[in-house]
Amino acid sequence: MHSVPYLSLITFLPILGMIIVLALPKSQSKAIKYVTLLVTGIQVVIAALIMANYNYSLGGVFEESSFQFVEKFKWIYIDGFSWLGKIKIDYFVGIDGISAPLLLLTAIVTFIATISSWKIDKQLKGYFALFLLLDTGMMGVFVALDFFLFYIFWELMLLPMYFLIGIWGGPRREYAAIKFFLYTLLGSIFILLVMIGLYFSTQETLADGTRVFTFNMLSMMNVDNSVASGILSPLNPNNLRFIAYIALFAGFAIKIPMFPFHTWLPDAHVEAPTPISVILAGVLLKMGTYGILRISFPIFPEITEQLAWYIALFGMINIIYGALCAMAQRDFKKMIAYSSVSHMGYVLLGMASLNTMGISGAVLQMFNHGTITAMLFLIVGVLYDRTHTRDMDAFGGVAVKMPVYTGVVTVAFFAAIGLPSLSGFISEAFVFLGAFAVDLIRVLTIISTAGILLGAAYMLWALQRVYLGKLNEKWADLKDLDGREYAMFIPLILIIIFIGVYPSPMLNLMNSSVNTMVKFIADAQTIYNSFAGF
Amino acid sequence: MNTEQLLSDIGFIKPEIAIAITLVVIVVVDLIMGKNKKALPYISIAGLVITGLLVIQQFGTSVSVFKTSPSTSLLVIDNFGLYFKIIILLASLFIIFFSMASNEIKSTYARHGEYYTLIFGMILGMFLLSSAVDFILIYLSIELLSLSSYVLAGFVKNSLRNSEASLKYVIYGGVSSGVMLFGISLIYGLTGSTNLYEINSLIQLQNFPVVTLLIAGLFVIVGFGFKISAVPFHFWTPDVYEGAPLPITAYLSVASKAAGFAVLIRFIKITFVDSIDEHGFWQLISVVDWRSIIILLSILTMTLGNFSALWQDNLKRMLAYSSIAHAGYMLLGLAVLSNEGITAIMLYFLIYLFMNLGAFFVVMLIANKIGSEDIDDYKGLGRSIPYLGVSLGIFLVSLIGLPPTAGFIAKIYLFIALVDAKMITLAVIALLNTVVSLYYYVRVLRNLYLVQTEEKRPAIKMSLLNSIILFLLVAPLIIFGIYFTPIVNFAKSSLSIFGF
Repeated sequence: MHSVPYLSLITFLPILGMIIVLALPKSQSKAIKYVTLLVTGIQVVIAALIMANYNYSLGGVFEESSFQFVEKFKWIYIDGFSWLGKIKIDYFVGIDGISAPLLLLTAIVTFIATISSWKIDKQLKGYFALFLLLDTGMMGVFVALDFFLFYIFWELMLLPMYFLIGIWGGPRREYAAIKFFLYTLLGSIFILLVMIGLYFSTQETLADGTRVFTFNMLSMMNVDNSVASGILSPLNPNNLRFIAYIALFAGFAIKIPMFPFHTWLPDAHVEAPTPISVILAGVLLKMGTYGILRISFPIFPEITEQLAWYIALFGMINIIYGALCAMAQRDFKKMIAYSSVSHMGYVLLGMASLNTMGISGAVLQMFNHGTITAMLFLIVGVLYDRTHTRDMDAFGGVAVKMPVYTGVVTVAFFAAIGLPSLSGFISEAFVFLGAFAVDLIRVLTIISTAGILLGAAYMLWALQRVYLGKLNEKWADLKDLDGREYAMFIPLILIIIFIGVYPSPMLNLMNSSVNTMVKFIADAQTIYNSFAGF
Repeated sequence: MNTEQLLSDIGFIKPEIAIAITLVVIVVVDLIMGKNKKALPYISIAGLVITGLLVIQQFGTSVSVFKTSPSTSLLVIDNFGLYFKIIILLASLFIIFFSMASNEIKSTYARHGEYYTLIFGMILGMFLLSSAVDFILIYLSIELLSLSSYVLAGFVKNSLRNSEASLKYVIYGGVSSGVMLFGISLIYGLTGSTNLYEINSLIQLQNFPVVTLLIAGLFVIVGFGFKISAVPFHFWTPDVYEGAPLPITAYLSVASKAAGFAVLIRFIKITFVDSIDEHGFWQLISVVDWRSIIILLSILTMTLGNFSALWQDNLKRMLAYSSIAHAGYMLLGLAVLSNEGITAIMLYFLIYLFMNLGAFFVVMLIANKIGSEDIDDYKGLGRSIPYLGVSLGIFLVSLIGLPPTAGFIAKIYLFIALVDAKMITLAVIALLNTVVSLYYYVRVLRNLYLVQTEEKRPAIKMSLLNSIILFLLVAPLIIFGIYFTPIVNFAKSSLSIFGF
């Protein structure tokens, strides 16, 4: 146990920043930016401190004792009546090897998005206030271990995101913003229903021996806490766990976004301003897969096993479909958006393997996709800032005028393709190795490998169309990267190369948790089989 | 009933007496002071505060007063009724402040005496309605409430839409109260009693023709449904809400609805419930399947409310449909027929009070300035009215039911009650309705913030008093959204209905 409440600090620091930003007068635009930069910078420092103090041997996943940096306080505590038990909701946060990489990712991506926001000049104060509020929501989702708390953070992100896309976005921003809002809210209501169902199916025993219903996720994972009459309790022969699993999965799948719920993503990405695209692709998409790993898998392990094939199938569809769509785009940003759909498919495929290799690959892929795609969107942003177009056919030969920039682009594109020695390769290799080892999904895995080929095709094609060839005279006075842009790209490139060459630190970070998760799901099968109805 | 009994009973209706005295004082002061009406709102506020103290004092009592026979009485004083009285008082207090800020009401300065008198007439009607257990008194207090509100809805005489609203209100109100009276007379004809408790025991003992009882019950519900604007008795709502002066619209949408819900819940619970099991579920007397009827009403109400709101261009009218939808959500709590469901309704009302009044308050302040409630006239307004805009945002987000606002707590308690009763389908329908509602609430925010206009939008200067009022409406939504233990405890402790 640590005495410093790192997780609360990293989560609520942005709220403090938001209050300062709101208190500053409108004219102090510099101060507003620097406050935001300072807050996100401190978050990176805290994240680094957390990593430095992290104990690599602890597993987490379902045991409270092996979670780290845990903070648990009574939050809502309502004494019961005879007809309704006590209500107890804790402020309960902690991390394990699955949330730690994502916490780090969020800190880094948010920091870089802040640098990228430097050029925002419209309604600065509102922008950075909402940006910081969004930041709190993202951090909160990754650290919350109480379902109620998780849900509050989850929903907290919706509104800032709606405004960030809707006010600072492109020409069709209103449409994109409301579409994003409606889709994600639709997803969250499924999550909400399952949450309430689980609440009535789980009781924990208090110190004085009384049993209370609870929103504690870890208690929900333990069959001993089940209430026999609960609709989502495995002890109840007529339980609705199967339907609930699908509802929950759909809720998270909208966020990933998984085919066929992906249509909001290209719109949102195309209209969002660059920093928000970076946040959206870098962090928000990960929440869907994180939710599945954190909640669906350990709370419904038996159904996860039953449905592993379907998860892999949707992973495969995402990979191939996303890649094909990406190939058909002329809009640079839309192409990157569809490549995200494709890359998130790898995460699904890796998770569906249910073995250490595959899930490690999936978690690492979340991290890598976060950094790589953040970079890709920054790249589009750099070009768009200078030319105000994203039509790939309108370019050509940009490399002549912007050699350094093109070098950066090449690294990012190759990382996205999965070239060895860059980070994308490690995670994709892990995913394929893990998934290939499972007989059940081997065929799907083999088909999915076509995604790598398609990925190479659309990426290289884009590279050729935009950066190589003869210079389009229209862009004769393009300028290369400036200092601020270096500041955005260099950290990301370093991370991409570092993980590509030496992935052990990241893999060690998640290893014991992934092992715990794999073992938990495998063991659960025997436990759940023993109940009637299965 | 002897004099001694009467005198001691009068002690239990001190709040109602305080209301009546305030009403008289307003009339007298209005006559004495002549043209100077400045004191009237302050007298009203003082009257409300005193009444509030008297109500709080009564918490925990559970008695029946004004006995008509050893076993029957006209009124009961119990925590359930007192809770709704608190809500009505809070709403009234806010409405007095709203009226002080409203241009529409200011334009009727010469008739302010009548205005405040009528408001207190409404309050008296609602107070009696919240604790009445005899059909005669229920009917009389509904009429008292209705007649006062008919006049208030058309209070700005030279406004055409005010008069239209008032006339429509009278016509619909007249019909529904007629139907209700018919229902009451049918029940009286069957059972020979007008007292809810007595009717309950008679239904349990004897076999009355089910069809007649069903029809009579439904007719009575028409009257209550009119007050809470449940579909299909809602037709007056959009027109009246749009046409009436804004403070009155806000008042009708909260206080009058609260009284309607109080009497509806009391009617169902006392008249048709046999017993309550250990989990808090009500066992109905097996004559009429009220659960299905209320479920049907509820689904119709929220779905129609939400879908109609989608097409509205006038914000007042949109909020009218939204308030219909919210009545639908609240009916869900009744459909569960359990203590938990009722707790959820009571909690919902407390939160609804702040968010709905708040939304109307902002609309009124904006209308004072730009003279329109049209959603399209809100385009690009967000930047020139930072505080009002953000507050309106919080109210609307709370009405949608998103965390971390209190609106989420209100909704989640309803869903908890529904899931506990294993009414999952209904919960899904309600949740899908929430998604629909997102669209029209967000449309207002879209026009405020997302749409850019070239023309310069006016800034709105707010007086200190209005800022405080706005803060008092916003703050609870955020505070209770994050820490809701106190209001849940308050709602739970106020659940007891006399006799159960």
